[in-house]
Amino acid sequence: MTPRLSRRGLLRSSFAAVGAALLPPMARAQSAPVLTRPVPSTGEKLPVVGLGTWITFNVGNDVVARDACTDVMRAFFAGGGRLIDSSPMYGSSQPVIGYGLGKLNHPPALFAAEKVWITPASRGRGQMDASRRYWNVPRFDLMQVHNLLAWEEHLRTLFAMKEAGQIRYVGITTSEGRRHRDFEQIMRTQPLDFVQLTYNVLDREAESRLLPLARDRGMAVIINRPFREGELTRKLARHPLPGWAAEIECKSWAQVMLKFIVSHPAVTCAIPATTRVDHVTENLRAAGGPMPDDALRARIAAHVEKL
Amino acid sequence: MPEWWTYSLSDFLMFSSRTYYRQFELLNAEVWPAQVVALALGLAIPALWWRKLRAGQVHAGRIAAIILAAAWLWVAWAYLLGHYDDINWTGKYFAAGFALQALLLIFAAARNHLLLRRPGDGFGRAGVALFALALIGYPLLTILFHRPWTQAEVFGIAPDPTVMATLGIVAAAARPHWQLLVLPLIWCAYSGATLWTMESPDAALLPAAAGLAIVLVAGKGRLLPAIH
Repeated sequence: MTPRLSRRGLLRSSFAAVGAALLPPMARAQSAPVLTRPVPSTGEKLPVVGLGTWITFNVGNDVVARDACTDVMRAFFAGGGRLIDSSPMYGSSQPVIGYGLGKLNHPPALFAAEKVWITPASRGRGQMDASRRYWNVPRFDLMQVHNLLAWEEHLRTLFAMKEAGQIRYVGITTSEGRRHRDFEQIMRTQPLDFVQLTYNVLDREAESRLLPLARDRGMAVIINRPFREGELTRKLARHPLPGWAAEIECKSWAQVMLKFIVSHPAVTCAIPATTRVDHVTENLRAAGGPMPDDALRARIAAHVEKL
Repeated sequence: MPEWWTYSLSDFLMFSSRTYYRQFELLNAEVWPAQVVALALGLAIPALWWRKLRAGQVHAGRIAAIILAAAWLWVAWAYLLGHYDDINWTGKYFAAGFALQALLLIFAAARNHLLLRRPGDGFGRAGVALFALALIGYPLLTILFHRPWTQAEVFGIAPDPTVMATLGIVAAAARPHWQLLVLPLIWCAYSGATLWTMESPDAALLPAAAGLAIVLVAGKGRLLPAIH
């Protein structure tokens, strides 16, 4: 959780390294360095590809499915990933994350991103405490107000928690372009560390105001729904990968989509969700190698829009 | 909810279809051989109905209502609270709704409000057919739609066939009461929307059963205003 590595952390790292060595060759190949971006408020570096848990980690008490999610997390950490994002709104995702972290001996690389989503806001602390127990972590790195629900009261609580060292960063989230006007207003007036919003090759509304504003205000940006919950990858799978994909070392449309997102200079991290180890490996590969320049980004957007 | 018009059904779907059907597989494994008991109880309804009719008795509806009540209560406990609530926070509320339906059925049994007489017309026979489809046909959908047979949805174990069977019995009754239809119809709308969002091939089945039940009950103007 913290950058400082304790003896216990070192031991865990060693176990993680042994675990990584036991992974299949494809997953092992991911130990190549991943591109990182600094969190503007502290300079702490985060890999540009994280892990979302909406739908994919909501598997209930199914031990087989929980173990499969653990495998995804194992491959994620072995590939250099750090940020895992969840919410109390995501069903059983939180206990499933906790289950996986326990099986993986709580990898020290974890950057735990959670949300508070409850009214009245007076119940926020209780919900965050419950979330922490599900994850079984001493504290969350980032706590975000989910979809701006009761944001004024929750932000007051979160800033107080940050001051008390109970969380490290404060953020707000939205998705699918909702309430961007309110979102912008909050970004202008509140000292946020992070904002989370939807941005992908087809949903680019954030380019005009929110992403430039995040840069100006020194806020890290987490991107949700990079594949529109799989709709984009399913749609693009019917079309061959263009020749220019090789220029940025992409072997799949998912990698093209992710590189398009994380190459935006304001973006800190994208959080694709998956249930498959090969997909998490593929996603992390997009955090390395050459990134598209402005011209190629425009070309990617134009190409996908035409399909 | 702000900007509610920007939300679609898919925004409310919290789980994948794989996780959804996997819950039935887990439940089936947990409760086996309860499926056999549930099917036997389901088959007992038409058997007793026919026997009572031959004996000149008209109280088969009481037994049917009690069996259906037991089925709704078990589904509330074992499936909705035991599994569905793990992947969808609405599970506990639907469990309460299923328990309420069980109470309504027990009340209907006590007051002999589910009158099962000889299904002398097409409406009554269609109700019986709906019940038979729920009991026998529903588990077979798993095979028809190429899902593992271990995920079969069985009357008295899974909600959809239990609801459809209830619709069939209520529609086949001589003078159905509307209270017995409200919760089954709500579930039909909810389950149909869930399956439609998951792009399940059988998404239209339960809403179609609900529509048929409404037509059957309303068709002859047999709906009573309230349980007295």
